[in-house]
Amino acid sequence: MTGLPKNSTGWFCVTPALLFTLLFFVLPFLGMAVLSLFPKGGEGFGFENYAQFFGNPSYWRALVNSLEVTAIVTAVSILLAYPFAWILANVVPERWQRLALMLAVLPFWTSYVVRSYSWLLVLAENGVINQMLMGSGMLSAPVQLANSRAATVIGFVHFFVMLLTLTIYANLKQLPPNYRKAAADLGAGPVSAFIHIILPLTLPGIMVGAFLTFVLAIGDYITPQILGGNNELLLPQLIMMQIGRRGDFSSASALSVILMAVVTIAYLASARWLKIERT
Amino acid sequence: MSFKAILRRAAAASVLMLAMAGVSPAQELNALVWCDHSDPNLLKPFEEANGVKVNVKEFEGTGAGLAIVEQSQPGDWDVMVIDSIDVRRGVERGLFEPLAEDQLPVADLFPEVTMDAFTKADGKRYGITEKFGYNTIGFNKAKADPADMQTLASLTGDKYKGRIAIYDYYLPVIGMAAMAIGKKTAELTEADLPAIKETLLKMKANAKAVTDVVASQTALATGEADVLVGGGEWVTAGIAKENPDLDFSIPKEGAVLWSQSLAMFKDSKNKDLAFKFIQYVMSPEGQARLATSACYWGMPANTKAALNEEQKAILRFAEQPEFLKRAQGYPAPDEALDKKMQDMWTEVLQAQ
Repeated sequence: MTGLPKNSTGWFCVTPALLFTLLFFVLPFLGMAVLSLFPKGGEGFGFENYAQFFGNPSYWRALVNSLEVTAIVTAVSILLAYPFAWILANVVPERWQRLALMLAVLPFWTSYVVRSYSWLLVLAENGVINQMLMGSGMLSAPVQLANSRAATVIGFVHFFVMLLTLTIYANLKQLPPNYRKAAADLGAGPVSAFIHIILPLTLPGIMVGAFLTFVLAIGDYITPQILGGNNELLLPQLIMMQIGRRGDFSSASALSVILMAVVTIAYLASARWLKIERT
Repeated sequence: MSFKAILRRAAAASVLMLAMAGVSPAQELNALVWCDHSDPNLLKPFEEANGVKVNVKEFEGTGAGLAIVEQSQPGDWDVMVIDSIDVRRGVERGLFEPLAEDQLPVADLFPEVTMDAFTKADGKRYGITEKFGYNTIGFNKAKADPADMQTLASLTGDKYKGRIAIYDYYLPVIGMAAMAIGKKTAELTEADLPAIKETLLKMKANAKAVTDVVASQTALATGEADVLVGGGEWVTAGIAKENPDLDFSIPKEGAVLWSQSLAMFKDSKNKDLAFKFIQYVMSPEGQARLATSACYWGMPANTKAALNEEQKAILRFAEQPEFLKRAQGYPAPDEALDKKMQDMWTEVLQAQ
């Protein structure tokens, strides 16, 4: 390779990945975008599918539901994952950290679908939680936990806390311990040092995890379908509904383009913090 | 390694490959099916009798099934299971081959389920009904009063509020809502939708969840719900031995008749084998195995299905003539009305 200019070597290395992305993402996406402009049963080209989305409250309600659920999941996951990652990075002895991290991500090893159905059984009226609360006398009758937005959020949070723990832990481990000592030397208490020094420096780790959580949660069909009980529809469920019986790929494509647009906006809004090389 | 040794090994490998080819099935049948056809108890006797392998691919919903066909090469698929009311969708696309009616036990089928208006076109049969049942009220008789389950009005009253689950398939549930207000499923028009929606909203307000096939079975089996709107023998019969309290009723207003058909692809490369498979599934033995499939039970379309007495009792075989008199077919809307029905269902699901 010594005969090639430096630039050529770079292009040679990235070409396979670029070609793969072009063939299996860009081209299919363009195909989907074009398909969304030819409504099923309609005549020729038009924005009918998009007009339907913005004109039908039950359609855009699905997007609002998705955004609400995703925002709650992301916020709760961060709140749970940060202290967890902090304990792993700073309290657990160095020699046990690897094992502790492995135990923390253990649920990743089980099937996503099986995990969701397991939550359904845990949250059911005859499930562990209701039985425990009734057994302890805190409840006289079971409460509905399964088949609700709360159940969907619980299922998601269980998954994404692990993801966020990994990104925040990686970020925390990169911080030299001297930073905290220097802050203490300059008179900052632990809380002040955390708010003014540690938290801003771990923002990239939080944002990378939060962005991944947002993208994966807003596009997920399995968890809301199993745990939400269809008491409200999220956008991926609405997309699947277009395909099931009627095979309306045109409408499903339009909804998918809208979902893609939302993810793109989320990326642009958080891009300044997504310094992945720091995590 | 010497040249001779290499030759010896190559020869041995060739012999082994030939031997493997010798024991592998001569033919393969590719079937697009619902989950009840994946049961080895159904497929194995056919495979062994004919020395073939049946490859199955499951799908849910006619739209998804037809999309798989459209994304495949002509000839990739040999047979397909499809909602009887949707056979004509395949015929309109030019996908299906007419079936030799005289070589199928059409005369032995329950006459109400042959559904010739949908399974035949231009006098030719393109689909044959293999299994049917009812989208009606499935319930736990230890928790819900069987007398209440004799009317659809119980689904919109207050007595079972919070104890109901609704099967998440808009056509049969819309059919039930239509029957609850005295409409005939075959005559539904756009003008009927507001009244149907009102009934559906009342049902939804009483419901704990709107569930897919697996979740419907789970809801009744675990006691999460006591009543399943749209349930029937397809939910209760398969788990009747474990939970004999699970039952279904055909209310006085009627029930929605579901029916699934088998069709053969025009471009099949194994038409003889495909037709043999259809004949096997329609035979008394095949019908009994399909009716009691591990995925879900249902009534065999063939009156001569070789079910034992216990299986017949669970499926309430003897009561079928009476049930069929009170049942109405799935709503079979055209494209425009179908879209409006689906949108109405979306509104109902989104209602809080």
